[in-house]
Amino acid sequence: MSKVHVTTSINGDPTEFLCEPDSTLLDVLRDELGLTGSKEGCGTGDCGACTVTINGRVVCSCLVLGAEAEGAEIGTIEGMAEGDKLHPLQQKFIEHAALQCGICTPGILVAAKSLLEHNPDPTEEEARYWLAGNLCRCTGYDKIIRAVLATAADMREAS
Amino acid sequence: MQYLAPQTLDDAVKALASQPDAKVLAGGTDLLVRMRSDMIHPDVVLDIKRIDETRRITQEDGGWRIGASVSAAEMGENAALVADWPGVVEAANLIGSTQIQGRCTIVGNLCNASPAADSVPAMVAANATVRVVGPEGTRDVPVQEIPVSPGKTSLKPGEFVASVFLPPRPERSGDAYLRFIPRTEMDIAVVSAGVALQLDEGGTCTAARVSLGAVAPTVLLVPEAADTLIGTKVDEPALEALAKAASAAAKPIADKRGTVEYRVHVAGVLARRAAVIARNRAGGAS
Ligand SMILES: Cc1cc2nc3c(=O)[nH]c(=O)nc-3n(C[C@H](O)[C@H](O)[C@H](O)COP(=O)(O)OP(=O)(O)OC[C@H]3O[C@@H](n4cnc5c(N)ncnc54)[C@H](O)[C@@H]3O)c2cc1C
Ligand code: FES
Ligand code: FES
Repeated sequence: MSKVHVTTSINGDPTEFLCEPDSTLLDVLRDELGLTGSKEGCGTGDCGACTVTINGRVVCSCLVLGAEAEGAEIGTIEGMAEGDKLHPLQQKFIEHAALQCGICTPGILVAAKSLLEHNPDPTEEEARYWLAGNLCRCTGYDKIIRAVLATAADMREAS
Repeated sequence: MQYLAPQTLDDAVKALASQPDAKVLAGGTDLLVRMRSDMIHPDVVLDIKRIDETRRITQEDGGWRIGASVSAAEMGENAALVADWPGVVEAANLIGSTQIQGRCTIVGNLCNASPAADSVPAMVAANATVRVVGPEGTRDVPVQEIPVSPGKTSLKPGEFVASVFLPPRPERSGDAYLRFIPRTEMDIAVVSAGVALQLDEGGTCTAARVSLGAVAPTVLLVPEAADTLIGTKVDEPALEALAKAASAAAKPIADKRGTVEYRVHVAGVLARRAAVIARNRAGGAS
């Protein structure tokens, strides 16, 4: 199997990698590039733990081939904080105790950030639908949704 | 495995024709699941997303041409498309989660040939056609002729679908799609129904198409059900007759998701509810 050479951008950094043609983007991020924030919960698109953005859209990186990243702009959880400064969503997740084991958290944060970019003032129902593809088996969804809505309110006030 | 990403339809056809074990990759939300669960091991994966023609939504002869790489999310963001074919777009937007929406295509949904595929009954009701390209040239095919049995399509070796065409939306017409699932998101249809209809100035139905999903090996077009609406005001007696005809056409299996009796009944209920939405969208009495 000959490897595919891919030139892409990850969290704004130009990046090149070689991957097997059947490797997923998730495998590449975790195993080739050491970006282990994205998690594999299911590998079949059901849990959202592997959520990243490609050209601004949230996708399950377990269902994307690494080769498909050619020329794309990828955003992962590693790009969310600015240095030591947490993104408001990350801060609120801590304040609201919206995580326990944390496996689902990177995917939920990436998806929630994209929600607030699309819709700065989501209703609870809209937030729940948007995040329906992100499963959490420990915290329960209430704290997560509350943290997202509280962040949205803060960010609206700040802007 | 080899990954190919041709930039033209011609190159894609050539590559497919020379590789008997190639699989077309659109959004990958079915294909990658099957590859990863070791159900298939294609020699070649042919990504069609770099082909310009497959990436566009364009108005054509009063209707809409939707490229085979256009994601369901992109369809939902096109306000003019939503206004013309709300039922088709709603059906596409029911597929999976936000993450799946960003990738999945209605052509992938069709070519995966699942009897429960959400966008297919809506496309069938809308009288959509697909443009198939292949070594022998190009042909336009009604959507309902693509799936032949679960997982199998009528596409010949070397052929693939380049785009879908939704015909011009007639005056005073409307379409709708409904599915039943045990939860509100992220589940496979137990039964589904699509309706597209047209009214005259007096509110009488002049044309209709009714389709059912998940009640047979392929999505069904049910002319007997459509006939119950034509010539009526899509009022209570007509809706009653529609429900009966839809139930009579349903030939489901029983599985953990629903019994035969249940699916037969719900097919009638959903056809009726979809007809009411389509009628109201067409401007008929509510
Ligand atoms: C978590 C999850 C939830 C889902 N929920 C739903 C749901 O609610 N409703 C539903 O209907 N489906 C659902 N699906 C299934 C899937 O998302 C849809 O069927 C989707 O529309 C497939 O489109 P795709 O572009 O991703 O297809 P792909 O995976 O790229 O392709 C699917 C099949 O079609 C073939 N193919 C693709 N494009 C072409 C083409 N242009 N010409 C010829 N052959 C082609 C491929 O070779 C493959 O065999 C879900 C899947 C996942 C993982
Ligand atoms: S690991 Fe990708 S969705 Fe679960
Ligand atoms: S915190 Fe453990 S899965 Fe969500």
